[in-house]
Formats: sequence, C-alpha cells, structure tokens
Amino acid sequence: MTSIFLDGKFVGTTAEPQKIVNEIRVKRRTGIIPNQINVAYHQHLDEVRILSDSGRVRRPLIIVENGVPKLTKDHVEKLKKNEIAWNDLLKMGAVELVDSEEEENTYIALTEKDLTPEHTHLEFDPSVILGLSASFIPYPEFNRGDRVNYGAKMVGQSIGIFSTNFLSRTDTKSNVMLYPQKPLVQTHAYSIFPYDKHPSGNNVVIAVASFDGYNMEDSIVINAGSLQKGLLWSYMYRTYETEQKRYLGGQEDQIGIPEAGVRGYAGEDAYKHLSEDGISNPETNLDSDMVIIGRVSPLRFLGTMDKFVTGMENIRETSVRLRHGDHGIADRIFVTDTTDGTKLIKVVVRDMKVPEIGDKLASRHGQKGIIALVVPPEDMPFTENGIVPDVIFNPHGIPSRMTMGQLLEIIGGKVAALTGKPIVSPAFSPTSEKELRETLVRNGFRNDGKEIMYDGRTGKKFETQIFIGSAFYQKLDHLVSNKIHARSRGPVTLLTKQPTEGRSKEGGLRLGEMEKDCLIAHGASLALKERFDSDKAVISICSVCGLVAMHDKIKNKKICPIDGESKIIDVQMSYAFKLMLDELKSMMIYPKVIVGEEE
Amino acid sequence: MSEQSQTNSESGLPSRLVEEIEQVSREKKLSKEKKEKLIEEVKKVYQQSIFEPGEGIGIIAAQSISEPSTQMTMRTYHFAGTAGIKVTYGLPRLIEIFDAKKEPETPMMTIYLKKEFNNATEAAKLAEDVVEKKILNVTKRISLNLNENSIEFEVIDKRRIEAVSKAVREFLKNVNVKTKDDKVIVIPKIENVKELQTVKEKILDIHVGGIKDVKNAIVRKDGEDWIINTIGTNLKDVFIIKEVDEKRTYTNDIHETYTILGIEAARSVIIKEALKTMQEQALDIDTRYVILVSDMMTLSGEVNSIGRYGVAGAKTSILARAAFEETIKHLVRASIRNEVDNLQGIFENVMIGQVAPSGTGMFDLIVKADEEKE
Repeated sequence: MTSIFLDGKFVGTTAEPQKIVNEIRVKRRTGIIPNQINVAYHQHLDEVRILSDSGRVRRPLIIVENGVPKLTKDHVEKLKKNEIAWNDLLKMGAVELVDSEEEENTYIALTEKDLTPEHTHLEFDPSVILGLSASFIPYPEFNRGDRVNYGAKMVGQSIGIFSTNFLSRTDTKSNVMLYPQKPLVQTHAYSIFPYDKHPSGNNVVIAVASFDGYNMEDSIVINAGSLQKGLLWSYMYRTYETEQKRYLGGQEDQIGIPEAGVRGYAGEDAYKHLSEDGISNPETNLDSDMVIIGRVSPLRFLGTMDKFVTGMENIRETSVRLRHGDHGIADRIFVTDTTDGTKLIKVVVRDMKVPEIGDKLASRHGQKGIIALVVPPEDMPFTENGIVPDVIFNPHGIPSRMTMGQLLEIIGGKVAALTGKPIVSPAFSPTSEKELRETLVRNGFRNDGKEIMYDGRTGKKFETQIFIGSAFYQKLDHLVSNKIHARSRGPVTLLTKQPTEGRSKEGGLRLGEMEKDCLIAHGASLALKERFDSDKAVISICSVCGLVAMHDKIKNKKICPIDGESKIIDVQMSYAFKLMLDELKSMMIYPKVIVGEEE
Repeated sequence: MSEQSQTNSESGLPSRLVEEIEQVSREKKLSKEKKEKLIEEVKKVYQQSIFEPGEGIGIIAAQSISEPSTQMTMRTYHFAGTAGIKVTYGLPRLIEIFDAKKEPETPMMTIYLKKEFNNATEAAKLAEDVVEKKILNVTKRISLNLNENSIEFEVIDKRRIEAVSKAVREFLKNVNVKTKDDKVIVIPKIENVKELQTVKEKILDIHVGGIKDVKNAIVRKDGEDWIINTIGTNLKDVFIIKEVDEKRTYTNDIHETYTILGIEAARSVIIKEALKTMQEQALDIDTRYVILVSDMMTLSGEVNSIGRYGVAGAKTSILARAAFEETIKHLVRASIRNEVDNLQGIFENVMIGQVAPSGTGMFDLIVKADEEKE
C-alpha cells in the first residue's frame, strides 16, 4: 500500500498511486482543483506527496501531451493581442506551475525540437536554466562557463539603483548610481525583470588596445572627459544613528552640544558646525572623525579617584563621529522616537564617488579591472569620425579567458548605437554575428568592428587597426576611497600597547608569523627587531628576585617591594612580554628574570 | 652524506667534486692552465652555494619544503572507484612521513633477488610463497557441529592437512584436534555456541604459511632485475629467505627499517620516501632540505616526528615550546621543575623583543676601539 501525505501529514493509503496522482493533475489542469496544489509520487519511497502549503518555489512549464505542447500559436497570438492573460493559460491547462517535489516526476524538454512522446513538459525558453544574474549576460553561450559564473557574481556587486525609494530609506550603507543606463545589448531578462527601475551601469565606448603600460594585467585606462560628463558616478549613503539611552538611577544621555569641561571635550571647533540641537545641519560638509551628533553620557564606572576630583561632572563626551577615513555631506536627518519612547536620531551622510584610480569596473563577462590611469580626452586615441573611447581594454585579457561574448557584445553595442535600436540577444537564441556584421557594413564600417585610429598625443596614425565598439560597464562596490589606508604612527591598544588593527581604528598592517620567518630566513635580525619594537618598554627589574621593581615617588628612587633597596636594572623588552610575565604571576607561576650585568 | 662532505684539504672542495674535475679534464684532455681555471670556476660556484655562518638554514629548509607542499592540494585524498592497488601519496603520505607514524597507511616492500635467483620463474614462485596464508585461504568450508560442540573444516589441498592441524594445535591451547579424510575437527571443550563462534573466527585467522602481514605480491621487471612488490611489510621474515637479496630489499615503513636495519637506514628511508612523494607530484625541491629534516628526525638515535612530541617538542626553550603548542603544560612543567630559559634561540628573542641570534644578530664586535690604536 502506498502512503499518502498531505502537506507532510499522513492522510491515508492507496493501492493505485499513479492513478491518484494522474487524477489530481488532470483535475488541477481542468480547474476543478486549485492550481496551487502540487502532487508527486515517489516510487522508491512508495509515497504520494500532495502539497498545498505556502512558501514553495514553483516554476512555470508548458504542459506536453504525446509530444505535443499544449501551448499553441493561437494562444501566443491571443496573448499578443491582449485577449488572454497568464491566468487564462493556467485555466486552459496550457501551462502549469511545478514545485520541486513534482519536478521529480517530470521529463522536461529544453526546446521544442527535443520533444518525444515521453516528455511531460517543455521549457518556455532554454535560457531559463540561468538564474537572474546570469540571465543579464548577453551571449553567455559564447563564453567559457566559469566566466559566465564570474560575470553573474559581479552583476550582483554592481552599483545601480537597488531600490527606487532609496531617498526615504536608512540602510546602514548603500550605493546609488547617478546616471545609469540601459545596456545597448540586452537579453530577455531585461524586459521581464523591471530593469528600467533597477539599472546597474553605463554603456561605454571601448577600444581593445594597449595604452603604454597603463592597462596591463587587467587594469583599465579611462577617459577623463567621460568622467567629467558623469560616467559611472554614484552616491554612497551611510546612516549614523543614536538613541538617547536611559540608564539605571534616572540618568540618561544628553544629545546636544557638549559643554566645555565635560570629560573628553574636544574643543569648541569640533562642535561649531552643529546646530543648537547638537545635530549636524543638512548639507554640512563632514570630514573624517568629525562630530555628527553631539552627545554626552553619564559615567558608568567611577574610578576611586574620580569621586574626589572636583569641578568635573561625572559625564563623558560620547558624540557620534564620522567613520575614520570617510568624507561626506549630511544628507537627511531623521528625529523620531523609538517604541520605548527614547529619542532616536538618524543622520544619512552622502558622499559622491566619481570613478578614480583604483576603482573596480567590470563588464558582464567576468572581465573585471581596476582603473589605472585617467587620460585627458585630447590624449586619448580617436577614430576617423572623431570617436574617442571611454575605456581602453587590454587585448591580453581575451585569449586566455576566451570571452567571445564580450567581443560580440562590443560589435552588438556598436550596431545598436548606429541603428538606435537595442540588440536583444537572449542566451541560446542570439542575434547572429552575421547579421551584426552586415549591419556594420551597411552603416559604412568594417564588418569586423576594427577602425583606423590615431594617437591623441602625437596625431600619428596607429599602424594597426583597433577593435572599437560599445559595451556595458558596471562599477562594482569595491571603491578605493572606502579601502585606502596607511599609518606611520597611531593609536595603540590599551592592554598590550601594540598598534591597533583595522582601517576604522587607524590600525597597522600585521607582520605575521610567516612574514617573521621570512625575515629570519634572510638573516635580517636587526630589521626584525625594529619591526617588533612597536611596544618596546623599559622595565626596571630587581636583580635579586627577578621581579618588576617599583618607583618610590617620594624618594624618587626605584625599590624592590620584596628585597628593598637591592640593585635594580633597567631592561628593555616588549610590553607584551611584560604583560605575559604578569599573567604568569596571576596563575601562580614565578617568572624570575635573571638579569645579566650591565655593560 | 658524510662521504660527500669530506673535503679535499688542498682545494677546499668535496672529494667527489675533485674526482669529477679529474675525470672531465682527462676526458677533454685539458691543459694544466685550463684545468686550474676550471678548478677556480668550480670553487667560485661551490663557495657561493655554501651557507654563510648565521644563516637560518632550518627556516629556509622548512619554507623550501612547505611552499611547494601547499600546492599539493587536497585532491590527492579522493580516488573513489580507482581500480588497482591503493597507495597513499601526495600530502597525506608526506604528513605520514614527517609525523613518523608508527605504521604507514599502505605498507609496502620491494623485494630484490640474489643474482643466481634473478629470473622470472624464481620471482613468480617466491611471490606466491611470500603471500601470507591463513586458514581462511586454505579451507573450502567451515561449519559448527552443535551436537558435538566442535568445529569442522575441509582443507583444499589434502597434502597440507597435517600442517594445518598442527598450526591450529599450536595456536589454540586446550583444544582437541583430529583429522578425518580431508576434514579437520576441532573440539574446543566449550558448550556455549556464542563462544564457539568466536573460536571459529579465531581459527580462520590462524597463520599457516607464507610471510605474516604480506597481503599481496606482484612481480615486476625493472631493467635487469626481477622485483616483487608487496602490500604489507615484514622485513625480518623476508630476509631469512635464501633467494632474497637483503642488501637491496626495501620497505616504506620507517619504524620497521629502524628496528631491523638501524637509524641510518631509517634516515635514508625518510629521505627517499619524502623525495619520492614530492617528485610524484612534480614538485622539485633540493635534496639537501629533505636531508636536513630527516637528520633532525633521526638525530637522537631514534625516529622522532616533526611536531609537538618530536622535534618541536624537544626545543630547549620553554618559551618557544609554550608558544608552539600545549602552552599550559610547558609553563606549569617549567615552573614545577624550576627550569631556566637561557634565551638563546630565535623565537624567544623575537618574543621578548630583543635581537635574535641569527643572521646579522649573531655576531658582536669584540675588538675594542682603544686597543686597536696601539
């Protein structure tokens, strides 16, 4: 007997599972049972599973019977004339939505040509095997598979318009492109997905050439003129927020300009750009570490000495400051209350990101690169017609990666720009290369997309002809201005006196274990010592007991708490080691430092 | 190594290099001046390739082995469905060698034959003899007789029935063993069926012939030599066989080599196996680095692993050991035993922020400036 489960619950058994399943399917297709029902018969488990609950991902398929698809030309015509809609097709039993369980019982043909009497379903288009990001790539079948994968990954990182209501949102961090465009070479996905509302890049004129050495190893040469016209500009929004927190004992944070005398007061200048409520005015220019919201908080833990210090209130400055290394302009300010009734302030800071040297750009074919040189437009190469490329892409990026889709896109983009009509070229049913070449010739260009070009700096003709066309480029969310970091001297951590870690803390770059080994391997002991000197300290050590001595302030003399006025020797060691000695003492191990004689 | 490093006192070159120069100059009929020039050139290259005092050879060796090893990816782990003999190689084998595992995952022997037996028939015969036979391999059928509480089994080769019954008698004490036609009947004086079953399993596992632990043997011809490759090793028993050339016969089991042939042989096996493993993966590293590692492993007279129980655990410095692994163990032990760290190693000095005694930090100026004036 076959068990039957409805939404995972056992409801009964049957001797004829196949019959039941078929019956449910027929009834669903004829509209007797709602079309949300899916049913699957698992022969190996001897189970029939009927599913009607929410949250299942289902995909549309054309129903096939005896090798003939139920969706006919007639249906398509009617759809075109707007006489019927999708739901009508569902009711007619021409298409259906199949979930992952029922998919196990299907035999799906990819194209109409493949159909045999055994097939149960037909895909709408072979390109549906690709996911959302991958279906944005034109000519993917001409690329090597991994490149399509990389390309799809980078589509996800591109800066565009992620949400049309971004002006009323307070995401922690978001990027919005200023002048986005629709690609000249598209796929079906661009019309199915609301790409008009969520575009992600710009069309650029791309020349496949080298430019001195400035575009080797995947770097990109970009036209300064194009940048001045707004190519790939974007805004970065970052939200800073604070709550007026309440503490035990009736104390609370105070939002406002801190008064002079408060612990940690940074001086009048640090607060002068704030309005009287302590919050930056909109359109205030803010620089790294500047106060955005002035705030003071009560001290949580009072030190023993603090109780006796007079003239200083027990509050501390805890203003919200711009992240270290960031810049921007206060854009929008929200003042509201939380559900607990405390005051909540959010400040959105905007920063304009014009592409610069170090920013990451990518086409849709997994061809990413870093801007390495911004060239004035007059120095860029130009064609006979005076076309100046926006981007110069190094030809060495092509042979090893074999992204032929990129080349076709460049030709396609050129054709689209000449004819004024976008090329729609979905995966597996592309606009033919022949057609593109013919259109180029009809418009007075060479069929291979190459053109005679001249050096902008010398005016001399290049000996070779250069492949030039138009491609869609994206700016990826890896901008140098968010990553650039350097330090010479700077903050140290309290515990170990070693430099801090991380860009936001103005930290140093770690010279790790393996780097240390390299210095040893080179025999550079003195260089190694210098590297690890960041926390060096001079520690006074008693020559008798080998423990740290102390400084008697009254006598201005160093004495050992155990051996009194014994001989005390200053030893240079790293502070972290002194800390380790202290920790050993705390675990009842006596680390006696045996000091040698001073020379 | 010791032979190689013997230097010719006259030229300061290793004697092997001097011999080679002699040979070349003889072959090419070099004049005296030309020969001297050649010696000069060789000297220059030789001296350039010698380590300088204070150079961190240990770290250089470690880096030279480990950098290529990182390129041996984990892919060597999985060979699902591959037919033939399974052999550990690649990274797992390298780890096995340097960790000085007691038993290799795939122990193997390469048996060479003495000159007079070096032919196909002898090799084939020996290969068959060498493989271990257990009762399991020589019996047709085994059954429990519950009426008489006995175990009966039929032997395939009737001629060996006496040997088999003798083996059972020797292996199991307090047992009555009888033979009847081609049947061996064992009466173990046990009435419990469960125990009878365990005795049956034991009987099947009794060794009756061949060499213990050798599971399989394949004959191969390598140049002039007929070689028997086996799975499973047992050098001790193989050496007794008169056809075997014990001078060349080899096992990949480091510990077995050590117990039977001694520490020098074990050192050679480590070098040979490590180099072989690297070369199988098309990684070219200098022999000297492997020699240094295996010297460290065998320095104490027995085989030590690289790691916390071996070479790294034998460091003199408490701080260096504590910083490596098992921090608390080393610190507590040091404090109980009142140990002293003389801070003479590199690691300890890096830790406390002083100049490490290697390379440029190795040397001090001992001539005083005012003495020089005189």
